[in-house]
Amino acid sequence: MDRNKSVVQLKGITKRFGSFVANDAINLELKKGEIHALLGENGAGKSTLMNVLFGLYQPEEGEIWINGEKKIVDGASKAIELGIGMVHQHFKLVQPFTVAENIILGNEPKKGMNIDYKYANNKVREISERYRLKVDPEVRIQDITVGMQQRVEILKTLYRGAEIVIFDEPTAVLTVQEIEELIEIIRNLAAEGKSIIIITHKLKEVMSLANTVTVIRRGRVIRSLDIKETNENQLAELMVGRDVTFTVDKHKQEPGEVVLSVEDLQMKGEQGKLAVDGMTFHVRAGEVLGIAGVDGNGQSELIYGITGMRHISGGSVKLNGQDLTNHSPRQVSVAGVGHIPEDRHKHGLVLDFSVSENMILGSYFNKQFGSGGFIDYKAMDEFSQKLVNEFDVRGSGITAAARSLSGGNQQKAIIAREMNKNPDLLIAVQPTRGLDIGAIEYVHKRIVQARNEGKAILLVSFELDELYALSDRIAVMYEGRLMGEVDVEHRNDQQLGLLMSGNQAGEKE
Amino acid sequence: MGKIIKTFNSSSLLVPFVSILLGLLTGAVFMLAGGYNPIAAYGSLINRIFSSPYNMGETIRAITPLIFTGIAVAFAFRTGLFNIGVEGQFMMGMTGATLVGVLADLPWFIHAPLAVITGAVFGGVWAAIAGYLKAARGVNEVISAIMLNWIALFLSNFLIVRFVVVEGQQKSKPIRESAMVKMDWLVQALDSARMHWGTVVALVCVVIFYLILWRTKLGYELRAVGLSPEAAHYAGMNVKRTMVKSMFISGLFAGLGGVFEMLGVFGYQTVMAATWGYGFDGIAVALLGGNTPVGVFLGAVLFGGLNYGSAGMSFGADVPPEVVRIVIGAIIFFVASHGIVKWMLKPFLMKRANNRKEAA
Repeated sequence: MDRNKSVVQLKGITKRFGSFVANDAINLELKKGEIHALLGENGAGKSTLMNVLFGLYQPEEGEIWINGEKKIVDGASKAIELGIGMVHQHFKLVQPFTVAENIILGNEPKKGMNIDYKYANNKVREISERYRLKVDPEVRIQDITVGMQQRVEILKTLYRGAEIVIFDEPTAVLTVQEIEELIEIIRNLAAEGKSIIIITHKLKEVMSLANTVTVIRRGRVIRSLDIKETNENQLAELMVGRDVTFTVDKHKQEPGEVVLSVEDLQMKGEQGKLAVDGMTFHVRAGEVLGIAGVDGNGQSELIYGITGMRHISGGSVKLNGQDLTNHSPRQVSVAGVGHIPEDRHKHGLVLDFSVSENMILGSYFNKQFGSGGFIDYKAMDEFSQKLVNEFDVRGSGITAAARSLSGGNQQKAIIAREMNKNPDLLIAVQPTRGLDIGAIEYVHKRIVQARNEGKAILLVSFELDELYALSDRIAVMYEGRLMGEVDVEHRNDQQLGLLMSGNQAGEKE
Repeated sequence: MGKIIKTFNSSSLLVPFVSILLGLLTGAVFMLAGGYNPIAAYGSLINRIFSSPYNMGETIRAITPLIFTGIAVAFAFRTGLFNIGVEGQFMMGMTGATLVGVLADLPWFIHAPLAVITGAVFGGVWAAIAGYLKAARGVNEVISAIMLNWIALFLSNFLIVRFVVVEGQQKSKPIRESAMVKMDWLVQALDSARMHWGTVVALVCVVIFYLILWRTKLGYELRAVGLSPEAAHYAGMNVKRTMVKSMFISGLFAGLGGVFEMLGVFGYQTVMAATWGYGFDGIAVALLGGNTPVGVFLGAVLFGGLNYGSAGMSFGADVPPEVVRIVIGAIIFFVASHGIVKWMLKPFLMKRANNRKEAA
């Protein structure tokens, strides 16, 4: 196998959306058997570039060369034909179908008029053994874990004969252990001669996995580097365009009175199962309690319960001793709870409202914004302008629709609004999801600042780095229950990972 | 559903304008195919509207109910609800006004307002039923409102026959003069065209429509719920109660439309075999007007004018007036499928953009 043979060459790819240049004359070379990381912040143009390669977008300028031949990739089917496969961030699987059925979908082996399931199952087994991807072809997608589903996606590309596999943010939804397994799988694929491109913004993964890294910033290639010649700090700097501090300045402080106390909380989930199954914990003034766990273990429900957005079926929620169990979101908010919601598009903002209108979303009913049932738009605009200045929300002004702001500025607007309420308890769920490094830095700084000012903070996050950077205590949640707390001083990902996958033994190790 | 609502709430001026032109063209094509002269037909349509003071007055009368039903539909849309039940609410408004107008015997300054308010509340409550069913039981408001339309039709007929019918006839006794709201001086001035105060109330309602939605805290809630119920819920708004409120107000507007047809125009109510269709036309008006106050007003003027003028087409050009329904249908089609309109406009817009670029 010739490791120096280039399988993909992108030459001067330019892709515009209206007047916005998403990719600006990008050059990229992928060699056979190589793991090539495409590193950049959100909106840097990584996904656009890969969608061009996969035939989902047509570039305005530039050429795509596959195996030394110039090709026009006009559609995903053409890309598959050329041996390119893509594992999307959001899996495209049919839930009630079996693994094998999903894999053969669109390219079914036939026996007369019927689908040859026996052949399909055997074929899937054969590929999965060859690349050491453990899956049972006959189970249904809805019954397997997220990590397994991802393996099915990988198998799908291999079944279709992919020689080049593109991974779009593959670790975003995985647990610590699953990430390790995925890294192993990707290494195997490369060893078998497949060429891999990984889109990511996580520096650790790049360092531990890739051979080569190409950094993209604002649609341009900043540099392509051999992984042996670089380090995390240099990559971060290239990615953001300036020096970045990873650590948040957080000094030790003694927590004060108990602000939030949750006793034996129970909440119903989707299918009659308990989504929150008897949780008891406290958050004190001036401390950050981090809740770790894999997405979908009841974290969202827990927060909806505390904030009054969903019915609590048992137990109690108290704020400063005052009972808030099953109170309305308005009552909870007025009692002194600020909430930076998990989904800023769905809950945090009315996207088609102006920035100004969004700023009073939780306080429009106050006398401050008009009396007699009318809204005082002047007071609203003045108030919003003040917050926008104070929290540095950038965009085209307070009359612009919230939709028009970048993700980071949308989040800043929400933080501005929630912090301004001067709450006793601040709840932050995934506060930096989808934000770039600069914005993450800012959000972290604000949260620690609120803690230093003596607010109680409940932080739910799936990012271990974030939990360690911000929390004073970390509790792990699994299937609606607390599995225990871990030490924040001495980081132990192994133990945390075991707790996150429901292994009580993690505590003893 | 979300997509439909988005289509209705879009506020570009270009699409409705082009849609109207395309609608008129479509009508012309059909007329040509049938061997008629479209220019003569449209000419006599316009001629009919402006030919005499009487016809101009009657055109305004035809426009008035469409303003009411148009803002009724548009108001609900702004809260993310498709009030297809305006038809039934309109009818309940008629019935409420007729019952009070016939049965009560009061001085005019109490009688007329009481009849108006009763009719409006009849319409509001009728709409609130659909709103409540949606909020409390999750029943799709489109389904329940369509069924409520039928119930309104037969309930109205029952109430008329049971309480105020003229023996042996299929209509109510005349509404007392003290409840009527005709503008007598204008009726005389316009050769007895049926002018009434409802037109003024309709214009006031257009302003109220704007004030409620964009100047009050209630309107802020209504729009927030319409644009994002989840975010409204997060912000501590009572989404369900807001839906009921929105439907109630929408129904008030619809009910008023029916009220003035009775108190301003006819003066008695007949037992009906089918509904009048003003409510359904209101959906078209709201769609064409992009759910904006001015847009709805202009949409009502257009459709009211087309409807009234269509009689002139058979008169002046021997074209069946039903052709106007084709025109209206085509306009609605083009507004709703605005993708097609934009696609057709693309070459022109590109050219303009290029010209601008060259000029710069």
